[in-house]
Amino acid sequence: MYYAVTFALIVTMALALARALLGPTVYDRVLAVNMLGTKTVLLLAVITFLFGRPDFLDLALAYSLINFIGVLAVLEFFRGRARDEHPGDGGDR
Amino acid sequence: MTVFATLLDILSWLLLSVGGLFVFVGGIGALRMPDLYTRMHAASVTDSIAPILIIAGIMLQAGLTLASIKLVAILLFLLLTGPTASNALASAALLAGYRPGNAKPLDEEARQ
Amino acid sequence: MIVVFGVFLLTLLLITAFAIVRTPNLFVAVMLTGIFSLLLASNFFLLDAADVALTEAAVGAGISTVLFLGALALTAERETAPSSNRLIALLAVSVMVVAIIYATFDKPRFADPDAPVHRHVAPWYLEKTPDAIDIPNVVTAVLGSFRGYDTLGEVFVVYTAGIGVLFLLGKSTARRQEDLDDAPRGLRHYLIPRVVGRMLIPFILLFGLYVQFHGDYGPGGGFQAGALIAASIILYALLEGENRALRVLPRGLLTGLIAGGALLYGAVGVAGMLLGGKFLDYSLLADNPVSGQHVGILLIEAGVGITVTGVLLSIFHAFAARGRF
Repeated sequence: MYYAVTFALIVTMALALARALLGPTVYDRVLAVNMLGTKTVLLLAVITFLFGRPDFLDLALAYSLINFIGVLAVLEFFRGRARDEHPGDGGDR
Repeated sequence: MTVFATLLDILSWLLLSVGGLFVFVGGIGALRMPDLYTRMHAASVTDSIAPILIIAGIMLQAGLTLASIKLVAILLFLLLTGPTASNALASAALLAGYRPGNAKPLDEEARQ
Repeated sequence: MIVVFGVFLLTLLLITAFAIVRTPNLFVAVMLTGIFSLLLASNFFLLDAADVALTEAAVGAGISTVLFLGALALTAERETAPSSNRLIALLAVSVMVVAIIYATFDKPRFADPDAPVHRHVAPWYLEKTPDAIDIPNVVTAVLGSFRGYDTLGEVFVVYTAGIGVLFLLGKSTARRQEDLDDAPRGLRHYLIPRVVGRMLIPFILLFGLYVQFHGDYGPGGGFQAGALIAASIILYALLEGENRALRVLPRGLLTGLIAGGALLYGAVGVAGMLLGGKFLDYSLLADNPVSGQHVGILLIEAGVGITVTGVLLSIFHAFAARGRF
């Protein structure tokens, strides 16, 4: 029963990877990484039940918290870089 | 008893399949949409409706155990952080000079 | 069917690795490294190695991306043109690849129960763990007790890495003027991420503590917990500015954590000796040997978690102090 969902999730991970490789702008790539992260959380949750070991759900929970930090780090990186290119703007760019 | 179990199985299978369909549709949308913001819109489908359906489907199989509580927690965190990340990304892209509907950014330096 | 999924993920891994090597833009390479780590964690999970998958997800996809971005903020974004003489390197790598592929022809089949690696110490550990240590997670039993000396070495490796980075980057004395005031920096113009992020921080901390102490019963342990707790403080630093995160856990305290965790581990080992046994002999730490093992594993995992937290946060602050965070 879980095989169809797992297959859909893995194919979507491949599509997100394609977007990360193609995306002309850098925000496309960040979008793709975020999408891959949430798909990984869902994949981990589904495979936990595929294997029949519910105590592995801790990984999905950990990863759903960590994924957010990666995206925010990237945005902080851009904000810092934009602020350095236009000093005195106070980070409004 | 077994009729109830079969009904639960069919319902869970239905939820998982529709969730998988939404994930797939969102993935194709993220690949084929023309603009950054429309791609974000497509990717957010996979972050909002698809986890609800998939995790609901799994919860019906798990029953009333600790695993269900963990699944509710996972769903809660996904629904909390997914739209926030999209918002943060869209704000950053807008502040960097990308306008919706216009394929080229105003600030050429931010282009990679 | 699992094999099909595994092969599919490995193919994606190969494509990502190829793209990381070929792209000249370092920022794209950092993003793709995050994707690589995610795919690798999924692969480990498919192979039923949950502890490794948790460590890879927490450290590789979360903290490593942040540290790489911190390093990238200090350098240029495009890689310099590679040197022209790469033919020798290409030849050496090709010879090694052919040799390794030839060597895999003699390997036993995947998950063969008669393979030598499954007949040597693994059945002994599986048999002895319920009697001697009595915890459900055999990985923690092997890591903490049967091979505790190796884990001591690993803690000291992490400790050395932290000290090394502090020697290289250290405290930057030439700070810019705006770093000296206490105004909130970080993503202050993004209200929604700030609110949501601040709501999440206590949960990540709580989950880190859960993973630390739950390592006996499920996937978890000191390394993963240290990474999660460091991730929560890094989230705070990203949202509110690095100097506020330094007020929460100042640099002196972080250095104390780095040394304190390793010291705790060594102290448990020496305590075993002082009570009459050998180094890292936990059986003497409590009334009966099994409780002694539990106490010993608890203390050394705490030591590992403390050191890993201190090291990851010190490295983050070392980069952030010099860069544009």
